[in-house]
Amino acid sequence: MKSLAELEEIRKKTLDQMSLRKSNDGMRVIVGMATCGIAAGARPVMTAFVEELNKRNMNDVTVNMTGCIGVCRLEPIVEVIDKDGNKTTYVKMTAEKAVRVVAEHIVNGRVCVDYTIEQADK
Amino acid sequence: MKDLSLHLMDIVQNSISAKASKICIFLAADNEEDLFTMKIVDNGEGIEESLLKDITSPFATTRKTRKVGMGISLLKDSSNMAGGNLQVYSKKFEGTKLEATFKISHIDRIPLGDIAETIVTLVMASPDIEFELDISNKNDCFKFRTVEVKEQLKEVPITQFEVLNWIREYINSGIKIIFGGVLNEILS
Repeated sequence: MKSLAELEEIRKKTLDQMSLRKSNDGMRVIVGMATCGIAAGARPVMTAFVEELNKRNMNDVTVNMTGCIGVCRLEPIVEVIDKDGNKTTYVKMTAEKAVRVVAEHIVNGRVCVDYTIEQADK
Repeated sequence: MKDLSLHLMDIVQNSISAKASKICIFLAADNEEDLFTMKIVDNGEGIEESLLKDITSPFATTRKTRKVGMGISLLKDSSNMAGGNLQVYSKKFEGTKLEATFKISHIDRIPLGDIAETIVTLVMASPDIEFELDISNKNDCFKFRTVEVKEQLKEVPITQFEVLNWIREYINSGIKIIFGGVLNEILS
């Protein structure tokens, strides 16, 4: 059985890392997490974003959830907002697509055009 | 919804929208009574009495964008399908309690699903809300409190990746101890 005491070790370890972290560059990932999103599989998508960002040590990107974005038939929907406030809406997301969005869009700044809402409606 | 953990996630969103600062989740399996109970209690702003009487209707919602709200009605369906029932009690400005029951051995009872993942996702998205999770069977009870975790962590945020991993493992070990062999989808 795990115990609360183990948290003390995690605390010490992360305290050292926290001081090294650079300031927020403000990129945000928002996952639609209403009934429609959850039923379509938004939870594993959100987990994939968090895991992939952590793997790449990108602690300055925030991942958050929101309610229904309004196009339930295209769920799971993810919005990526860059530091200048430009919003990209990705639709019908999966954990695999999330990994690619992190690599191409969040790390390298190239939007994954084929996953965006504009492409889905064509 | 495929499993209970997804329903739980969905219902807790209602508590978050109701500006709850504390959300308690109870999962109890009673093998003798063949009854599984999921209970969610929050201290949010409560539900208007006029809305409460048909809260389980898919056309009851407070949102302005459109006239449907499926969350509670879907859970009621899942519960009824497995020989159980759903009740919502609420008092304006005090909070809301939702209770759904399931017959454990019923062929149509949906599985428990990944409860730990649901809790971790909720904690990550709403770190300022206090979550309490009680998992119990007839003889034993496992408790998880975000308050205790935060006390232990002091200045380190609970949203830290390593902390979330610890929470996931901690809850999973609790589920294994309490529900292992009690719910047939979880091995003892």
